[in-house]
Amino acid sequence: MRLWTWTVALVAAVTVSGCATTTEPAKAPARTAEAAPPAKAKPLPPGLDPLVHADAFPSTYRPMPSRPTAIVGASVFTGTGQLIENGVVLVKDGKVEAVGPNLPVPAGYETVDGKGKWVTPGLIDAHSHLGVYASPGVWANSDGNELTNPVTAEVWAEHSVWPQDPGFNTARIGGVTSILVLPGSGNLIGGRGVVLRNVPARTVQDMKFPDAPYALKMACGENPKRVYGSKNRAPSTRMGNVAGYRAAWINAADYARKWDEYRAKVSKGEKADPPKRDLGLDTLAAVLRGEIQVENHCYRADEMAQMIDISKEFGYHIAAFHHAVEAYKIADLLAANDICVATWANWWGSKLEMLDGIEANAAMVNAAKGGCAIIKSDDPDVIQRLNQEAAEALAAGRLAGYPISEAEAIKWITANPAKALGIAKQVGSLEPGKRADIVIWDHDPFSIYARTDRVYLDGAIAYDRHDRRFQSLSDFDLGQAGEGAR
Amino acid sequence: MRYALFAACAAAALAVAVSAKAETVAITHARILTAGPAGEIAQGTIVLKDGKIAAVGASAAIPAGARVIDAAGGVVSPGLFATGSLLGVVEVSSLGNDASVDNTDIGASFDVQYSLDPDSILFPVARLGGLTSAIVLPLPAGRRGADADEEDAADLTAGAGKDTSRSHALFSGTGAVIYMARGEDILTRAKVGMVVPFGRSGAGIAGGSRGAEIVALRTALADVRDYMKNKAAYDRAGYRDLGLSKGDLEALIPVVQGKIPIVADVHKASDIRAVLKFAHEEGLKVILNGAEEGWKVAAEIARANVPVLLNPLNDRPESYEELAATMDNAARLQAAGVLVALESTGGAYRVRETRYGAGNAVSHGMPYAAALAAVTINPAKIFGVADRTGSLEPGKDADVVIWTGDPFEPLSVPTAVFIHGQQQPMTSRQIELRDRYKDLSRPLPPGYTHGG
Repeated sequence: MRLWTWTVALVAAVTVSGCATTTEPAKAPARTAEAAPPAKAKPLPPGLDPLVHADAFPSTYRPMPSRPTAIVGASVFTGTGQLIENGVVLVKDGKVEAVGPNLPVPAGYETVDGKGKWVTPGLIDAHSHLGVYASPGVWANSDGNELTNPVTAEVWAEHSVWPQDPGFNTARIGGVTSILVLPGSGNLIGGRGVVLRNVPARTVQDMKFPDAPYALKMACGENPKRVYGSKNRAPSTRMGNVAGYRAAWINAADYARKWDEYRAKVSKGEKADPPKRDLGLDTLAAVLRGEIQVENHCYRADEMAQMIDISKEFGYHIAAFHHAVEAYKIADLLAANDICVATWANWWGSKLEMLDGIEANAAMVNAAKGGCAIIKSDDPDVIQRLNQEAAEALAAGRLAGYPISEAEAIKWITANPAKALGIAKQVGSLEPGKRADIVIWDHDPFSIYARTDRVYLDGAIAYDRHDRRFQSLSDFDLGQAGEGAR
Repeated sequence: MRYALFAACAAAALAVAVSAKAETVAITHARILTAGPAGEIAQGTIVLKDGKIAAVGASAAIPAGARVIDAAGGVVSPGLFATGSLLGVVEVSSLGNDASVDNTDIGASFDVQYSLDPDSILFPVARLGGLTSAIVLPLPAGRRGADADEEDAADLTAGAGKDTSRSHALFSGTGAVIYMARGEDILTRAKVGMVVPFGRSGAGIAGGSRGAEIVALRTALADVRDYMKNKAAYDRAGYRDLGLSKGDLEALIPVVQGKIPIVADVHKASDIRAVLKFAHEEGLKVILNGAEEGWKVAAEIARANVPVLLNPLNDRPESYEELAATMDNAARLQAAGVLVALESTGGAYRVRETRYGAGNAVSHGMPYAAALAAVTINPAKIFGVADRTGSLEPGKDADVVIWTGDPFEPLSVPTAVFIHGQQQPMTSRQIELRDRYKDLSRPLPPGYTHGG
């Protein structure tokens, strides 16, 4: 059975489980309306019931061809806090089979000499706009911010993703194998983000991470109030921002209640008038059901605390605050609420809400009991060097007196983003059964001189620095001045 | 009693401040990267005296009374340069900056030396990245400085700006070399280069086409020469109209005389060629800034003996002018014999990444010594201050950094920074914030804890 087949089925099953009154078989497409309630009520036409055919743009991702592989003799950062010297990583059927020191290599495995090299899990960028703000950065490629309404929960970043963005290739050279692509932060609620496998692809569906939850992008602070204040409409203040979030959640809860009532009536065989489907409220209602991860752009500590209260008022969980340059001021509060912090080491100051950004932010989040620190890019250049950004954050942490090991810090760009994106069961560490997303580095990844020798996705070679067959070139690069330059 | 203690402390602090300049310091047991003719000294001593480097070498004598700092196997380098920076002319960039002017009477005549703010909170952060000097260059009119978050920056690219003809904006003004010592007049040298945007940006100023900009520039420079010869006539009423203000014409005289180089903001290979040709025909000295596609015309740049300022991390087709951008650019230009200086991204908040940029240049083929030169002596040479700083040589300003290890490695940190022989405090507003919030369990709010 192909991976994608069972994955699609699983996604369908999971989404339907949120709806107590339907009994849809897992593989049913909406057209056949097998979600039909009992006899009397007519099924809704396709597309009008948010819980039928909820996966409207299903993933068609398929792993590239792979062979059983043994990477032998490298220093292996597992992403679980371990560094295994002289380690062996066994890969079979696209999955990590075993990891340990001095493991025997089974017959028939392709052996890769890892002596003098380092191995990490594939890096995961928890905050990117690749594809939605593609290169070249001209207006024609500027598709990341639907700045026509402060709440645009109805838009999905995947509908803006251009798979030929050359930035996907440069990110892969940097060892990035999974990416959360988010809408921009000009809106209070910017829309759905999507987790992608970083493979060269013809369609975004071919990149969609099977079984990954969607993300909801929310944004605090200066960006929304600047964008809409400058248009002389709400919000133009931070208090206007908060009123906007709360109004949106009230609408979402009301919408969810109407559908629940409708389904209750239908299940009892009563006549019922279905609510009109609303794409934006569908997304917000799915957040309230716990099916979508909330990824909240928010710089200041005091604003983060308010967003936490809003999440409690309406009953959702914030997976991560993004940028969050003041997270160190409330590291205890964030850890207590199980909220990750996706930040940089080195970005600060260019806006007033970024003024208090410090290099040790991630380390101080990490130091709080239960703290979850993530280093992310938000940038097509930084995404190529997440390991260096993590090294800077690590150095600042050590300078501040936190004895952080490299094996711990590697989690900031592997296991922790996997957690915040809701994909930790599949990726983020080198543990048996997980997808074999693996990077081989020529130096310690915390060294400025480290470059990737090879990048695997699902056990398949997706990039090899010494073999042009595995160096993908975007359609855009062909015949251009840059062809072959990178 | 308390007052007496305070006074004593203040007196002590003052004494330190006064004596700092005169202090003689010997740094021993260091691997010394001189960035000068002496190259790398595997283990040696460097002596700082009267604000200058007095001696450097494997067996330099330690003067009597010198304060000795045992580097214990650490590394000593020259203070690094922030090339192409906005330090001192930007604080919170979204609130504005002093690097950019859009005034029909003030283009070429804009001079950043009068904008510099030595109290900027960016300087201590930069010093902690091992930087002691900066090349501050004006931004072309309307260009925003430094980076915000990606979404924020991207908002500005939506709906490209209208092309208009604004001849004053052909020239963005002159830059300066500064040093980053705390609490001083930080100017090292003013009027070190006249910024001129080329390519798409210059075309926009000239009405839409690249070709039009060259015509507009030629016309402006012809006006300058005409003005030079006919100043008296110009001051009388009735002289033909010149495109630029009198102040701008005056400012361009040393440019047409070849005394001040133009700093050509240029990216695309064909535009670089156009700049080289234009500069040659007009007899201008030129420095290329950006030059992402420089590697494609490396031999021509080298032949013209034109130096290049570039960000070694620009490797994407970020714009239609950078389709051939590559991480190998710095190495290839250097190998072709071009004098290269490395810039950091944004030039302000992230200047402390300058050393990481150099490390990336090394991992992409630039020899280590060349990368070190590209963040020290090369910018000093390019901007005319190499007689004073940029390398560890006797007689030069004592701009010196002690590191725990290889300065290009993120896991190495500076342990001491000297500027003109004065040891700088190893703190910043960021460090104060960090320390204020390290212990969240204190009974009183963090507002009651101050830096001291």
